[in-house]
Amino acid sequence: MSQDVVLSVQNLTVVFHTPDGDVVAVNDVSFDLRRGETLGIVGESGSGKSVTASSILRLNNSNTATTTGSIIVSGVDVLTAQDSEVRRIRGSEVAMIFQDPLSALNPYYTVGKQIAEAYLVHHPRASKADARGVTLDMLKKVGIPSPEKRIDEFPHQFSGGMRQRIVIAIALINNPKVLIADEPTTALDVTVQAQILDLMKDLQSEFNMAIVLITHDLGVIAETALDVLVMYGGRIVEKSTVEALFSEPTHPYSWGLLGAVTSLGTSDRGELVAIAGSPPSLISLPAGCSFNPRCAYALDICSAQVPLLRSVGTQGSVTACHLPNNEILTFGRKAASR
Amino acid sequence: MSSDIALQAIDLVKHFSTGSSGFLGRATNIVQAVDGVSFSLPVGKTLGIVGESGCGKSTLARLVTRLIDPSSGSVFLDGVDITTLSGKALREMRRKLQIIFQDPYSSLNPRHSIGQIIGDPMRIQGIVNKANEKAEVQELMQRVGLNPEHYNRYPHEFSGGQRQRIGIARALSLRPSVIVADEPVSALDVSIQAQILNLLENLQKDLGLSFVFIAHDLSVVRHIADQVAVMYLGKIVEVGDSATVYNSPAHPYTKALLSAVPVANPSLRNSAKRIRLVGDVPSAIDPPSGCRFRTRCWKATDLCEAVEPPLQADATGRVVACHFPEEVPVSVG
Repeated sequence: MSQDVVLSVQNLTVVFHTPDGDVVAVNDVSFDLRRGETLGIVGESGSGKSVTASSILRLNNSNTATTTGSIIVSGVDVLTAQDSEVRRIRGSEVAMIFQDPLSALNPYYTVGKQIAEAYLVHHPRASKADARGVTLDMLKKVGIPSPEKRIDEFPHQFSGGMRQRIVIAIALINNPKVLIADEPTTALDVTVQAQILDLMKDLQSEFNMAIVLITHDLGVIAETALDVLVMYGGRIVEKSTVEALFSEPTHPYSWGLLGAVTSLGTSDRGELVAIAGSPPSLISLPAGCSFNPRCAYALDICSAQVPLLRSVGTQGSVTACHLPNNEILTFGRKAASR
Repeated sequence: MSSDIALQAIDLVKHFSTGSSGFLGRATNIVQAVDGVSFSLPVGKTLGIVGESGCGKSTLARLVTRLIDPSSGSVFLDGVDITTLSGKALREMRRKLQIIFQDPYSSLNPRHSIGQIIGDPMRIQGIVNKANEKAEVQELMQRVGLNPEHYNRYPHEFSGGQRQRIGIARALSLRPSVIVADEPVSALDVSIQAQILNLLENLQKDLGLSFVFIAHDLSVVRHIADQVAVMYLGKIVEVGDSATVYNSPAHPYTKALLSAVPVANPSLRNSAKRIRLVGDVPSAIDPPSGCRFRTRCWKATDLCEAVEPPLQADATGRVVACHFPEEVPVSVG
């Protein structure tokens, strides 16, 4: 593992035990994240992107879920580490922000108290006055106007965008190496989303941290990510750079996603290329490639054998598809140029 | 009013009072949710209404379908002011004007089968009788892409996209001329979203429907709408042909809104000139004087604070409410 890798996930598999049977929410997911980089994870509901994220902080309940594989942060495997070690990693090494900033904050405490708490947990010897000073600094950094006054206000006194700034302040107060952002702008209006994405980019270069950005919005991915994982039915189906995903996508599901996106630029009212059917139930995934019932290019082998990830094309993409390379590249470029 | 207008709203106002209703008429806060909105929807066309949360677009949807009564103003459907109707005439109007809701989970009764959800309105309005109800419902289910054999199933047995198809079938069941769709695809995954948008467009083509399409997603509205109205704090700030508004926005808010949309093309990442609005939308309880956008506008002057800009048409026929509209390039040809 090179020095620059701050997070390494290998063969992560998460199985939830439900009354209806076992659900494999994440299946053999591996990726590395380097310092200062942004990795985007895209997929639809049920694709396993959020469960992947919460596994990194070991947030899945061990009574109902079995997590295997390894998640290495600073030389420690989060999945097998002592609870105290995981508590140290949470916040100081890896921090997380969630989709809904209102439910991520405690309505009974002032925002200042909630930010300072995150600092005091990892700096037990700091005084309350120190914590307040650090909190004020952080509020300024995340762009809260008149922080001296607002530090003593409660979450309900802030707007949605401001609340997300508060949540970011809590996440970054211990200067983590990795920030996991699970749909951080989905609940926000588009002008506020732009503000938050800008803020995250600024803070990323200031703190030199890596970001795992989970989203269903390909526009957000195109604007922020360096590398992208496309997930479907709990598996990675394509791993590529953001340029490659949009110029030479290598998986039929990615082609479908690109075709289904409405864009501001299109003046013609051509039909969107919808993907037929709906995402599969994780309880009864189709045999072979989980995408095969919805795939227009499916071969006989697709319903028999799960395709392994392999390299294809010249841009370093990795895909899990049985189609021959030349067809993947031809169809992929066609999908990208639509 | 010409006969090729399907639906027209004139100066619609809806104010809600908040807080305690007040003992002995004590003053309460008034939320100016919709404040003087007018538009007309041509037959067979789609009017898109965009805006951020709190701009009044959903209130507008409920006003034009008369799910709530306006504080003042009127809505004309086929030349009749529907805000004054009652009894039988109101019921007749509801047949012609249907709504599709955002949330396909809460808008379907979990205790009713699909057959009941789609069939009940048809029977109540006298479109079908007991004998042909099932056949008619199944034909509709087929039309919106549901399996007619699922007639006796319940909503929880369907996925989000399929439920939205049920909602669409229910709206179509009364053979309306106008459908108001309030964020019909925003709860759906992108691949499903495309299916529903295609379905709505095909239905419009086949049945000659007129749509009011409300959404916060500007690219979805770009795809489906012929005309687009941009709302800010209860007012329309710009209306025009979709192509005109999207290619050369005249109101600063429209321009900022469009530039904030992430573009699904990484090579354009740093090329587009971004306008970053600061702050949030002000409260509709106490909106700014003059132009409501002035507190976030980079062009605002004393004039904007003192005088509210009226909606005025420019050379291209687009209507905009701004004292200092963006320079619009004069199109050649």
